[in-house]
Amino acid sequence: MRVLALVKRIFQQMIRDKRALALMMIAPLLILTLLDYLLSSNEVTPRLGVNHVDEPLTEQLGNMDVTVLQYDQLDNLQKIMIEDELDGVLQMEDEDIQLTLLNANPSTAKVLKMKVQQAVAAENAKEQANKLSLFIQEIQNKVPGDLKKLEQKKAPEIDTAYIYGNKETTFFDQLSPILVGYFVFFFVFLISGIALLRERTTGTLDRLLATPIQRRDIVFGYLLGYGLFAIIQTIIVVFYAVKVLDIMLVGSLWNVILINLTIALVALSLGILLSAFANSEFQMMQFIPIAIIPQIFFAGIFPVEAMADWLQIIAKAMPMYYAGNALVDVMYKGLGLSDILFDLLVLLGFALVFIILNIITLKKYRKI
Amino acid sequence: MASTIVIKDVCKSFGKKAVLNKISLTVESGQIYGLIGPSGSGKTTLVKLIVGMDRPSEGHIHVLDTPVPNLNLLQKIGYMAQADALYTDLTGEENLAFFASLFKLNKQEQKERISYAANLVNLTPHLKKRIQDYSGGMKRRLSLAVALIQDPQVLILDEPTVGIDPELRQSIWKEIRRLKASGKTILVTTHVMDEAEKCDRLAMVRDGEILTSGTPAELKEHYNITSLEEVFLKAGGKKG
Ligand SMILES: Nc1ncnc2c1ncn2[C@@H]1O[C@H](COP(=O)(O)OP(=O)(O)OP(=O)(O)O)[C@@H](O)[C@H]1O
Ligand SMILES: [Mg+2]
Repeated sequence: MRVLALVKRIFQQMIRDKRALALMMIAPLLILTLLDYLLSSNEVTPRLGVNHVDEPLTEQLGNMDVTVLQYDQLDNLQKIMIEDELDGVLQMEDEDIQLTLLNANPSTAKVLKMKVQQAVAAENAKEQANKLSLFIQEIQNKVPGDLKKLEQKKAPEIDTAYIYGNKETTFFDQLSPILVGYFVFFFVFLISGIALLRERTTGTLDRLLATPIQRRDIVFGYLLGYGLFAIIQTIIVVFYAVKVLDIMLVGSLWNVILINLTIALVALSLGILLSAFANSEFQMMQFIPIAIIPQIFFAGIFPVEAMADWLQIIAKAMPMYYAGNALVDVMYKGLGLSDILFDLLVLLGFALVFIILNIITLKKYRKI
Repeated sequence: MASTIVIKDVCKSFGKKAVLNKISLTVESGQIYGLIGPSGSGKTTLVKLIVGMDRPSEGHIHVLDTPVPNLNLLQKIGYMAQADALYTDLTGEENLAFFASLFKLNKQEQKERISYAANLVNLTPHLKKRIQDYSGGMKRRLSLAVALIQDPQVLILDEPTVGIDPELRQSIWKEIRRLKASGKTILVTTHVMDEAEKCDRLAMVRDGEILTSGTPAELKEHYNITSLEEVFLKAGGKKG
């Protein structure tokens, strides 16, 4: 009964707080959209200047998405590169190849270097093959009789198969499940935490505790009240990500929603808990770099298995580690409920611990 | 036992700072009991202990023969805090309805109590307004209405008339007396001496101790002066 009264009140407050509502429902969509465009945009085409480079090699480079510009003279290399916005310059003198990289953007430089290496290797291979076939022809001409015709082997082509995803998969496809969960986590944390904080700083929490309401009723009322909004948020974010942004979803949509609801529960209980240790909205904000931002690093964006041992231990203490795991499993790898059950249970465990701590923490404000 | 509130040897300290020192007082049933004392003397601290929001460091408090703190007791205590604690983004009616739903009242009773309490503090025409659009006095009145919402036997009012105009103050005191007549016990803290005059008994608190207590007439006689204002100044000015 009292829990429901609290839920009703939270509902009334939230409906009137248009900004908080927008922050919770629309902000995650904006960020996801932006990231979608940023991360799935096409790769840059590096610009390469060439000097005394054989025709076939330049052609080969052109085929590999490199803009090739011819130079006869390269006096002040650095100046030319900067003025003409070249990412690199390839020079050839006899058999020596010299590649100069601008390296203003290391990832572009790496891509260019790789492409040049590939092109050079391909050209070399072609030359070798030509020489070989010439050599064979010569032998055949010299040796009389019916020598078995040697067939020339083509370079082997690699047929690539993908267990997860396909050749169209971008980084965003693997990142987006984590981001969807993270935004739910972040915004639910912020709004529920600040709500209880405000209740405390305006004195209404004290007033509330001067009524026969039980401490656990307050915690459950908050969980349920903000939980309702978290459910709506989760559904909006997940549907938007999957239906509008067309984020890869191999597994079941319902499992995704289930995971996100569990994340929301953890965020709710954590937000309410941490708000007890903040005396103002600003102090609540101070928890973000400590408790919220680091979670994203351990959510699977960087492979946790490759981390140092002590970092792995930290990762395993973070709810988002399990959340990210479960979301990637379902959305990207298409695994089922039984595969994410462990992650879900750990998340529920986190929530349970936070809820119990919440009920205890409220003792600070009323001893019974 | 006819005593509604019994406080015995209560001490309270926050950390090392002692705020209340061996306070003992008894409020008989049906009394209006006034706590007067300078700012920072510990009135609010004492009131919070009586409601059960905090535990005394030492000593005992009984309200209606029940040791404090006790959850069921809170059904019978109406508390008006010194600072208005209202949900500013809700309307007056929604605030009253929310607090009403926290007590054991059925739907019909809730409705009746809401309209009674709102009417008492002259807020009926403003019930649909949000609290953020209320004036200071209106908020104070709504806080009083919230304290009365569950028809409590004991009323604890921490400076109930601060920021309320004289006319309304009169009508609120009239209602406090009417509540007393219907058998309620009322504890008020106040700075306003003509209000102190209206109490059945007074206790003067200073530095966490009760300097003196008695009926307003007794206090005036004790200090051999005619107005309570002077009592306040005299007792508060120097100890003893
Ligand atoms: N939670 C607390 N922690 C530490 N000190 C406190 C706390 N609450 C009150 N105090 C201290 O206790 C003393 C008494 O405060 P209290 O609020 O009871 O005074 P008061 O008599 O109600 O004053 P006023 O008339 O101004 O309302 C003050 O010195 C105050 O600083
Ligand atoms: Mg006070």
